[in-house]
Amino acid sequence: MTLLYSEVEEELRAAVRDLLADRCPPATVLARIESASPYDADLWKALARDIGVAGLLIPEELEGAGASAREAAVVLEELGRAVTPVPFLTSSVLATQALVSAGTDGARELLATLASGETTAALAVSFASSPYSLEWSESPQSPKAPGADTAAGTPWGAVAVEGGTLSGRVTAVAGADVADVLIVPASGALYAVEAADATVTPMVSLDLTRPISTVTFIGAPARQVSSGLRPLRAALDLGAGLLASEQLGVAEWCLTTTVAYVKERHQFARPVGSFQSLKHRLADLWMEIVQARAAARNAADALASGTDTATAVAVAQAWCGAVAVHAAEECVQLHGGIGMTWEHPVHLYLKRAKADEIALGTPGDHRDALARLADLPGPLGS
Amino acid sequence: MTVDEAALKERARAFLAEHDPAATEPLDFLRARFDAGLAWVHFPKGLGGLGAPRELQNVVEGELDGTPQTDVGKLAIGLGMAAPTILIFGTEEQKKRFLRPLWTGEEIWCQLFSEPGAGSDLATLATRAVRDGDEWVVDGQKVWTSGAHHSRWAILVARTDPDVPKHRGLTYFVCDMEAPGVEVRPLRQITGEAEFNEVFLTGVRLSDQLRLGEVGDGWRVAQTTLMNERVAIGGSPVRRGGGVIGVVAETWRRRPEIRTHDLHQRLLRLWVETEVTRLAGVRLREQLAAGAPGPEGSGMKLAFARLNQALSGLDVEMRREEGLAYDDWTFRRSDSVDFFGRGPGYRYLRAKGNSIEGGTSEILRNIIAERVLGLPSEPRVDKNVPWKDLPR
Ligand SMILES: Cc1cc2nc3c(=O)[nH]c(=O)nc-3n(C[C@H](O)[C@H](O)[C@H](O)COP(=O)(O)OP(=O)(O)OC[C@H]3O[C@@H](n4cnc5c(N)ncnc54)[C@H](O)[C@@H]3O)c2cc1C
Repeated sequence: MTLLYSEVEEELRAAVRDLLADRCPPATVLARIESASPYDADLWKALARDIGVAGLLIPEELEGAGASAREAAVVLEELGRAVTPVPFLTSSVLATQALVSAGTDGARELLATLASGETTAALAVSFASSPYSLEWSESPQSPKAPGADTAAGTPWGAVAVEGGTLSGRVTAVAGADVADVLIVPASGALYAVEAADATVTPMVSLDLTRPISTVTFIGAPARQVSSGLRPLRAALDLGAGLLASEQLGVAEWCLTTTVAYVKERHQFARPVGSFQSLKHRLADLWMEIVQARAAARNAADALASGTDTATAVAVAQAWCGAVAVHAAEECVQLHGGIGMTWEHPVHLYLKRAKADEIALGTPGDHRDALARLADLPGPLGS
Repeated sequence: MTVDEAALKERARAFLAEHDPAATEPLDFLRARFDAGLAWVHFPKGLGGLGAPRELQNVVEGELDGTPQTDVGKLAIGLGMAAPTILIFGTEEQKKRFLRPLWTGEEIWCQLFSEPGAGSDLATLATRAVRDGDEWVVDGQKVWTSGAHHSRWAILVARTDPDVPKHRGLTYFVCDMEAPGVEVRPLRQITGEAEFNEVFLTGVRLSDQLRLGEVGDGWRVAQTTLMNERVAIGGSPVRRGGGVIGVVAETWRRRPEIRTHDLHQRLLRLWVETEVTRLAGVRLREQLAAGAPGPEGSGMKLAFARLNQALSGLDVEMRREEGLAYDDWTFRRSDSVDFFGRGPGYRYLRAKGNSIEGGTSEILRNIIAERVLGLPSEPRVDKNVPWKDLPR
């Protein structure tokens, strides 16, 4: 195990970073969110095909790169640093992992088309689901996962199966608006549905660079890709663990941008960055990010090796979500009035950070999981 | 030839075969271990080491587990601060004279840096050293000197030139704590006992052979000591769930009746913070081992201080009635910090020192902001003024 970056990982990072510096500067992202879809299809093509990130987690025999969570984590750091509007997390991590874990012929067929980046998939579950909400679904008296429609009776969205078709509705799905294929949990199994056979209605979303949608199925033709929900759990675990690296990237951009600004901005005849109250806040934020990097690397390493995964993921998510939000909030505050403007990109980071804090389990959900994992039980009778 | 893990294992085993720990006096065993280069393997040959990578020390410790050991708490200043400074700035004679008894524990070291008028602003210190032939005559007062009462030697910074700006007029010495004119008086701490002391230096004569580094270069030498101090205080490795969180968690598991929702939430947060701090330490050591030390080191002491204080505070609070009691207020001179041997009240009070000793947390934040993040320093009035003209 190592918490450092390997040479291969650094090369991958450099390739992604160079491309993003060229094609995805903040001004471009700001312009995009005003257009019909924030997603940058051309950029995704370049990332997916030329650099090959779409197939990173897909085995080599299915035309993927057969890489591990460690490489995917490095890509996410860079995508977070640029709040890049591409479906890497939703398609190439979440949906891909569900299919890789399912391992059925149907799943493998789909993976072969995902590997090249020609096809994009999304997991049709609420982005607010945590890996632990699946545990709830297994015990009927427990609360429901977020995004569930009570009427339909399954915690995994209100989707029912009937004669090879799906009907129902799932809310707050990330990446559905750019997906060609939807991977849908229903009645304890996973199904693949062509996006064209479903209705995807984008919602007005807090995160402008990764909007959520409501997905409605009315007798949509579906193929079963897994007879159980274990692949879903694997996808949510991986997604949560790797989200920490995206959060690290978001936090790093915010710190770097803030430090540069307070060195330049003068008030009272000196750079505002020479005032000690600001220096100390930034020193504390820097330390939080040092810890976040160690935690995110540890989660990626654990996911890659398959050892100690549950604790590593929960620790990374319990820490990194709040650090990204803190970094973005400090970035707004220390920019003064300009930090409140639509014109300055920091709001994109704040919105991403706040949405990421909820995505795949809040820090509190992950702390609750640690109560069990670290054997620190709550009060008696709770 | 570089020493690898296998060679080191073999060497340690061969050493054990020759020196049966059961049949050897502990001190003789430690001396022999030093002479075999198995004391601190990253030190040079002939000085207790083998010039091996630092992380291979664990291999030796593993092989020699259960053999006579020194009290590392009592030797902390010697091992963590004096030794690395002597290694870099000492003459060959000084290294030969001081390092062996320092490591074996025959000679304890203390640190004569802080003064009543110079704490965070160490460079403003006033203790004078005046040259007299081959000797220096030292006069002044030091304070907060941990372990001075059982120390044989001290690392000392004194002013040798008051006419130049403060950082430039300092010189670094080894002070003989048995020399005439050295007087040590205990200072009682908030824990009841006295770890630290006031040290009065009156006409103390030190041979020029005890000078470490050039005359006037004391600030640079002291920086080496201070960097090592912060690594020593912040960098100690622990396993997951070990250290202070381990003590708190143990009580938590054993006594379900103390659990409340509020305490539970706070405990979980601190458990997470402990774990990410531990991982940051693991990553830092990996960077050091790879020969690429990152700036992360400056932050570890800051993080540990905050955690120790928060956890030890929670520990007292969650015990309720038991937290109202204290184990022992007796005024005595302590040998070393018995953090885990004492009660929760002691730990709470002693941890308060973590954000003061070895550079306060405020000073560490200044260092991170300026040296790591490159933020501008506060406007300063003391940089280019001769020390003697500074307001005090
Ligand atoms: C348990 C313990 C053991 C110690 N052992 C030793 C020892 O063995 N040898 C030795 O030489 N010293 C020792 N010290 C002394 C220690 O190094 C000093 O106490 C420390 O450097 C702070 O100096 P001071 O006490 O003079 O506080 P001051 O420097 O007067 O600080 C007072 C307050 O002002 C803050 N402050 C000062 N300057 C700034 C600034 N520029 N920006 C923001 N805030 C600032 C400080 O953070 C602090 O909160 C020990 C201290 C303790 C508590």
